[in-house]
Amino acid sequence: MSIRHALLALLEEQPMHGYQLRQEFETRTGGTWPLNIGQAYTTLQRLQRDGLVEPLPAADGEPERFRLTATGREQAGSWWSTPVERGAPARDELAIKLALAVTLPGVDVDAVVRTQRTETMRSLQDYARLKRRIPADVAGTDLAWSLVLDSLVFQTEAEMRWLDHVEGRVLAQRSAPNPPDDAASAAPAPSPPAAAAPAGTPRSRKARR
Amino acid sequence: MSALTTRPSSPVPSGASPSRADAAPVLLRLDRVTRVHGTGAGEVRALDAISLDVGPGELVAVMGPSGSGKSTLLNLAGCLDTATDGTVVVGGVDVASLDARGRAALRRRHVGFVFQDFNLVPALTAVENVSLPRELDGVPVRSARAEATAALAAVGLDDLADRFPDDMSGGQRQRVAIARAIVGPRRLLLADEPTGALDSVTGEAVMRVLRERVDAGAAGLLVTHDARHAAWADRTVFLKDGRLVDSTGRRAEPADLLDRDSASGDESGATR
Repeated sequence: MSIRHALLALLEEQPMHGYQLRQEFETRTGGTWPLNIGQAYTTLQRLQRDGLVEPLPAADGEPERFRLTATGREQAGSWWSTPVERGAPARDELAIKLALAVTLPGVDVDAVVRTQRTETMRSLQDYARLKRRIPADVAGTDLAWSLVLDSLVFQTEAEMRWLDHVEGRVLAQRSAPNPPDDAASAAPAPSPPAAAAPAGTPRSRKARR
Repeated sequence: MSALTTRPSSPVPSGASPSRADAAPVLLRLDRVTRVHGTGAGEVRALDAISLDVGPGELVAVMGPSGSGKSTLLNLAGCLDTATDGTVVVGGVDVASLDARGRAALRRRHVGFVFQDFNLVPALTAVENVSLPRELDGVPVRSARAEATAALAAVGLDDLADRFPDDMSGGQRQRVAIARAIVGPRRLLLADEPTGALDSVTGEAVMRVLRERVDAGAAGLLVTHDARHAAWADRTVFLKDGRLVDSTGRRAEPADLLDRDSASGDESGATR
C-alpha cells in the first residue's frame, strides 16, 4: 500500500517534517507497520514533485517542514470520501496449502488443520493479551492503536472460522455416501494416485478488478 | 475492585470433607474422565479420558464443534452430572464421594454458572439475584446481601444493585451473572457461551470483567464458539468426538509479538 494518502491526511492537521510524519504514523497505528525514515522522505519528495505539498521556509538548522497545497488538500479529502479498494487477493500461503492438501494424495488434512488452528489460536491469545493492557475506554492515539489491533484480531478470528469450516466440509465430504456431482473438486476419493491431482475444476477465476 | 481478595473468609462448608479450595492448587481437576451415555449399540462416548486442571487465576477456554463434548464437560465440572469413569475434583472434593445432596451443596458453595441467556430471576433485583445462592445456602440475609454487594462492586455494578434485570442492558445482566458466579466463597466460574447473546463491543466488555475476576483469584472454564473471546483465556483446549485433541499452552509475554511498551506515546516508534 502506498503511504502517500496517509501522509497527506496527517499533513491536514499541521505542517510537519519527515521524522514527525513517521512518528505520527507509527503512534497511531501502534508501530504495526513500521515506516522507515527514508520512505517517509522519498514519499514527501514525490508529493512535492506532484504539487501536493510544499516546503515551509525553515530557520537555520531546522528540518524542513511541509504543508499541503490546495491540490494536496483536495486529494486528502477525496481519500476520506472514497472506499479502499480490495484489489486482487494477496497470495495466501495457508489457503494455498489447504487447497493442495485436499487435492494431493497422502496428506493428512485433519492434522494440517489442527496444527494450524492451534498456532492461529496462539496468535489470537497474544493479541488478546495486548488488548488487556489497553483500557476499554481509551481515546485518541490509544483508541487508534486499539482499533488497529482489533483489525488484526478479526482477521485472525476469520482464519479460525475458516479452518473450522474446512474441517467440517472435509469431514462431510468424507462421510457422504456417494461422491457429490463435482467429485473432482475434492481428494480422498479412491482414485488412481497419479490422476488425483489438479485434473478437475479449474474454476474460471473471476478477475476481481 | 478487589472484593474477591478483601472479603473475609467465608464459612467452611459442612460437607463430606472440609473445603480446601483456598489452599488447593487447583479448583477443578478432571483426571481421565469418561462419560458414556446409553448402553450397547446406542452407546455414546460423550467424553473419553479427558484430563484437565484449572487453578485460581486461570481461565481455560474449551472449543470444539457441536457434539464434541463441551456441554458434558461443563456439566461434570459443575457437579450436574457424574463421570462414568475417572475422577472429578471440585474445590478439593472428589465429586464421586458425595450423594446428590452433597453435590448440590458443593455446587452452591464453589461453582457459579454464567449462561448465554443470563438466567437471572426477573422478579428479583440485581443484588437479590446475586445473594440468592448464599441465602439458599443458609447464610443470614444481611451477610448474604453484603457479599452480593461486594460481588456487584467487583464487576462494576454497585450503583445498579436495586435494578431489576428487565431494566438492564444485556451486558449489565451478564455482569450480574458473573457477580453471582463469584459471590461469597465461590471461585469456580463455568461460563457457557457467555457472550453469545451480546454484540461485539459488549461481549468484549463482558470478557474483560470475566478476565478480571479470574485474575483476582477465581478459576474459569469457558465454553465458546467464539475464538476472539476464547483468546482471553490463558489456554484453549480443543475437543473433538469427546477427546481432547489439542491445546495452546501458555506463552511468554506478548512483547515478542508487538512491543507496545516502547511504542506507546514516545518516539521510539518502530518495533517488532
